[in-house]
Amino acid sequence: MAEFNNTNLADFSGVWVFWEQRQGKLQPTVLELMSEGRKLADDMGVELCGLLLGKDVDGMAKELGAYGADKVYIADSPLLETYTTDAYAKVICDTVMEKKPEIMLIAATNIGRDLGPRCAARLHTGLTAACTHLDVDVEKYAAFLKEASTLPEAQIDALDRSDRNLKMTRPAFGGHLMATIICPRFRPQMATVRPGVLKKSEYDEAKANAVVVEKLSISLSEADIETKVLEVVKEAKELVDLTGAEVVVSVGRGISKDVETGIKLAEELASEFGGVVGGSRAAIDSGWLTADHQVGQTGKTVHPKLYIALGISGAIQHKAGMQDSECIIAVNKADGAPIFDVADYGICGDLFKVVPMMIDAIKAAKAAK
Amino acid sequence: MKAIVCVKQVPDTSGKVAVNPDGTLNRASMETITNPDDLNAVEAALKLKDETGCKVVVITMGPPPAEGMLRELLARGADEAVLVSAREFGGSDTFATSQILAAAVKKVGLEDDDIVFCGRQAIDGDTAQVGSQIAEKLGVPQISYAADIKKEGNTVTVKRMLEDGYMTIQAKTPCLLTCIKELNAPRYMSLSGIMDCYAKPVAVYEYNPLQDDPLIDPPTIGLRGSPTNIFKSFTPPQKGKGKMLEGADKATCETLAAELLKKHII
Repeated sequence: MAEFNNTNLADFSGVWVFWEQRQGKLQPTVLELMSEGRKLADDMGVELCGLLLGKDVDGMAKELGAYGADKVYIADSPLLETYTTDAYAKVICDTVMEKKPEIMLIAATNIGRDLGPRCAARLHTGLTAACTHLDVDVEKYAAFLKEASTLPEAQIDALDRSDRNLKMTRPAFGGHLMATIICPRFRPQMATVRPGVLKKSEYDEAKANAVVVEKLSISLSEADIETKVLEVVKEAKELVDLTGAEVVVSVGRGISKDVETGIKLAEELASEFGGVVGGSRAAIDSGWLTADHQVGQTGKTVHPKLYIALGISGAIQHKAGMQDSECIIAVNKADGAPIFDVADYGICGDLFKVVPMMIDAIKAAKAAK
Repeated sequence: MKAIVCVKQVPDTSGKVAVNPDGTLNRASMETITNPDDLNAVEAALKLKDETGCKVVVITMGPPPAEGMLRELLARGADEAVLVSAREFGGSDTFATSQILAAAVKKVGLEDDDIVFCGRQAIDGDTAQVGSQIAEKLGVPQISYAADIKKEGNTVTVKRMLEDGYMTIQAKTPCLLTCIKELNAPRYMSLSGIMDCYAKPVAVYEYNPLQDDPLIDPPTIGLRGSPTNIFKSFTPPQKGKGKMLEGADKATCETLAAELLKKHII
């Protein structure tokens, strides 16, 4: 257990972001952490630091700077080339105990969700999982609550304005309930952040050149690593960038009578907007689409400009992953389908008849523009 | 050799989530089930039992009614069950929960040849933290997101899923694995299993049998020992109902296209 358990909270300062790399490539989802980290660091008047582990990763430090880091700590070792829980947790915990950051953010990827809890347990601190909103400043948190909650205004106004804890908000129970979690007694305040939810930063060349790089001297030997990675396999498949897409056309159980045509129609409709095809869990579990197409609580969260749901009933698990889309169109045969509760435009009808007409109408509208 | 499985009883969130007018969760109106990923973990342990004849012990922390879930797991083929239940444990976050479960695993007895199985995450909290935290507190290696498991001697080889592929990872026992649904298809209870499950032992660990473990230090368990606290919980505002377009014909689609044009989406 960390020796600073219950020690002076004031000793901790700075916002840190763990920068995940795989096979020497930066993980794009970390850009969202950078912009969020920047906002928090500015509100607190402290530095935003990136933590980068790997082998020969110096070149990536500039990029971290470009996306908002003031300072980058690099741990460089052949033992860190491939992610292992043991090596990464040791280096991160050792470094955190020495440098004492106040906040530590990790992307909630398969790797982040393996690493975060191991570190939090070792550091004896709190970790909030898959957050979708972060605030330090109470004014900003109150403004967020006024927008995103049904709490009475009097309750929001009664918040203690001097509170400087990190307020970590995350959905629970498929988005039906939101919870804001704090970690008032231990440091660092740790959070994993759900990919695809927060806004990305812009690349800034000037900041890239200004970034401060510090190489960490780490103590790590093969004996520290109890797991052995035999191979890392990237599965050769077309990558579906659901979270980055501006338009998503998703299919559900409603295409069951002719799956092939249903998917083809969705693809045609998506290509009219330059978008991608997604699916509900029913479509993935039936084997019509691969798992990387899944939108929803256990799939990906998307917030595109336009989301079109074809033959999707709208179970809460699905809605949790798409209800923040700017515009939602639903086509479903059942007029009582819950998807219509979140749709901006609903058409009650057979998608196999409606979608071809929709494609024609959109083509015509584009041509007339 | 033992396979020890940590399981959780959760409210069935599939379509039946009910929220009280005051914004809290209406748990009374929801049925409880065994957490889905945990069933994959139990199945992985039972497969190991089929292959090696090892003993399968299931552990849960929860209120006394969770014993019903444990009986179901005994009916699937688990040999022993442990219910960890005490007022001192209530209100635990993932940190405190893992302290208590790690202590319970130690009391069951973690030997050199053993594997601890957990589900990747529970559908009520969705944190995916407790497995990793138990591993840390037991001081054993972990492999999460297990989609395939092979055990030879005291070496475990696991296919560990990533978003864009997988890793093959080896660890020595004792170790902890968290399981995902791609790993296996959980078996049903058998009729004879149901008949026999009431004869199998369910141990209850209250505060006393665990309190000598250094992990069960009052400042590190229950509500008081949880580093994280709920600051506010609230319901998001319902998004206003949109426009239902009447008819499902050409004119409807043209209206839709016109609306999208007006909104600059096309």
